[in-house]
Order: sequence, then structure tokens, then C-alpha cells
Amino acid sequence: MWNSFKTDDRLGISAQITTYQAGNDDEIHAYVVRPTGEGRVPGVVLVHHMPGWDEFTQELAERLGRHGYFVICPDLYCRFGHGTPDDVAAKVRSEGGVHDDSVVADCGAAAQWLRRDSQCSSKVGIIGPCSGGRHALLTASRVRGFDAVVDLWGGGVIMSDDQLTPARPVAPIDYTADLDAPLLGLFGNDDQSPTPAQVDAHQAELERHGKTFEFHRYDGAGHGFFYYHTPMYRQEQAMDGWEKVFAFFQEHLKN
Amino acid sequence: MIAMTAAVTGTGKGARGWFPITQATVGYDHATHSGTAHALLLDFTNYDLGIEARVALELDLDSGRALLGQLQAAIDAAEASGVALA
Repeated sequence: MWNSFKTDDRLGISAQITTYQAGNDDEIHAYVVRPTGEGRVPGVVLVHHMPGWDEFTQELAERLGRHGYFVICPDLYCRFGHGTPDDVAAKVRSEGGVHDDSVVADCGAAAQWLRRDSQCSSKVGIIGPCSGGRHALLTASRVRGFDAVVDLWGGGVIMSDDQLTPARPVAPIDYTADLDAPLLGLFGNDDQSPTPAQVDAHQAELERHGKTFEFHRYDGAGHGFFYYHTPMYRQEQAMDGWEKVFAFFQEHLKN
Repeated sequence: MIAMTAAVTGTGKGARGWFPITQATVGYDHATHSGTAHALLLDFTNYDLGIEARVALELDLDSGRALLGQLQAAIDAAEASGVALA
């Protein structure tokens, strides 16, 4: 929980950019945050959003690290080149987006990378905002072994046929039967992607398949209400949402 | 994700001055800088010169419609003037 540490706790983090062997055996960059101190801690794969592997994402990784999670955040756009995050995201956009298969492979390999590290406990979760939420859900449905998944307002979980593209050929909701981890979803009721009706439909599909999940929907919030660097930020809803994230990870990754 | 591309010929002025433009990408997705959740994203690029060879715009939909109308009007006027080459 926020501000719940003791002032004599010896908590800290180390953060660095490294490379790891990702999908297709490609070496790609990742931002890795390790809590300092002794002992094994749960791992978390952090999936960045459509605007790229950016400063918000790195700060999100650090927040998770300060709460005792060993985080790896792959640069899913690494193969498209390097520059400022918005220039790289524009290049990715011009090529139709990163392929879902590429993301799933990179995130699955990131989970394996965590598990091979002696600092990682036996539990690994996955979380992402926006397209990262969609990709987190997709990865946890297609790669076995995740212990928790958090979808932060991921749009495009439900896709009409005309929304399918070569890079996104299957709607994640079609993999619901295969979802292999308890799911937390946070959504703003003013969001247009996903709309409340789409969240309803996703919930119904999860119930139909008997999946373990909890959805929280916030009035007065739209898309990206954690984004403190934008006018989309909603302080009350974001702070409550963070409490939900930490409680969920506590239950499924630390207990 | 909504994104369409077109091959274009022209020049653009970016952070390092003028450079030839070879591609335009028009999309509607998350804005990086405009402060809105989503925006029309117009990128004029030449990736042969590097990933940073880019002139970027983020517009709201009304601005996009206004631009589209005036762009068409300018093209029509240029062709009607007899000055423009086909």
C-alpha cells in the first residue's frame, strides 16, 4: 500500500537498462528494477503502452520495485530502431504496429528471464496500461505459468472483424478459455476504448468460462487515469486503483 | 490502432532543418504531447535518414476536418489557376 513502509525499513531499488534474449532469440533492451536487500521477491513483467517504452513506463517500473517486486520491462519496439520514445512509436505506427506474436514472445521470455534469476521467487505476474493491458492479458492467455495479470484499461480486447489487422489478427477475448492466471482489471467509465459495454462483455465472457477475476470501474475517469503527466490523471481514482493493484499482487504473488 | 500511410514527395522542416519527406502516416491514437487522450497523428518522415527524420502533428478531429477541407480547396485552386503542374 502507498506510504505503508516503515522508516527504518532498508528498502531501495536499483534500476538499469539491460538486454535479454527475447522472442526469436533476439537480444532486446529491457528496463530492470530490483529491490535491494536480501531474499527472493516476486517478479513482474511490465508491458509498456502504445506511446512506447517511455519515461512514464520506467517510473511505473520503479514504483513496483519500491513495493518489493523485481520488474522487467521489455522494449517491445526495440527492433524498430532507437530514438526518442515518440519518434520510435511513430515508426512502429507507420508499420502497422508491433505484432501481437512478437509481444507475447518477448513477454514470455521476460518471465523466463525473471525465473532464472536467483532473486526471483516462484511467483511472476504481468501488468500493463493501455495496449500494455491488452498485451498483458493476451500473454497470460497464451503463455502458461503467470500467477497474476493486471489489465489497466486495455482497449482492443474485444475487436470486430474490421478491426483485426495483420499485426493484431485475433481478439484477446477469443483466448479467454486459455487464460491461465487470476485477472485484475481497472477501467474508467468515461473511456471509449474500452467502453463500459465492452468491459461488460469481457466480464460476461470471463464468467462464462469460470475465470478468477475482479474488475473495478471508476466514475469520473476515462482512459489512462494513472497518467500523472497528462490531464487524463484522476487523483482519487488513481490512488484507489494503485491500492487495488498492490492488494491483488500481494494476494497472488506474495502470499 | 488506426494508422494509414502514403508515399509522398516533398520536404519538411524538423529539429535539424529541412529534409526530403518520403512518407506520411495518418493515425488516430494516443497523443504524446497534446494533453488529450487521443488525437489525429500526422507524421511526415524519411526513415532512410533516421528515425528522428520526422515532422509530427497532433490535432483534434475538428482541426483535422478543417485541414482536410482547406487542403482540398488549395489543391482545387492550384489546379484551377493553371499554374500547377499535374
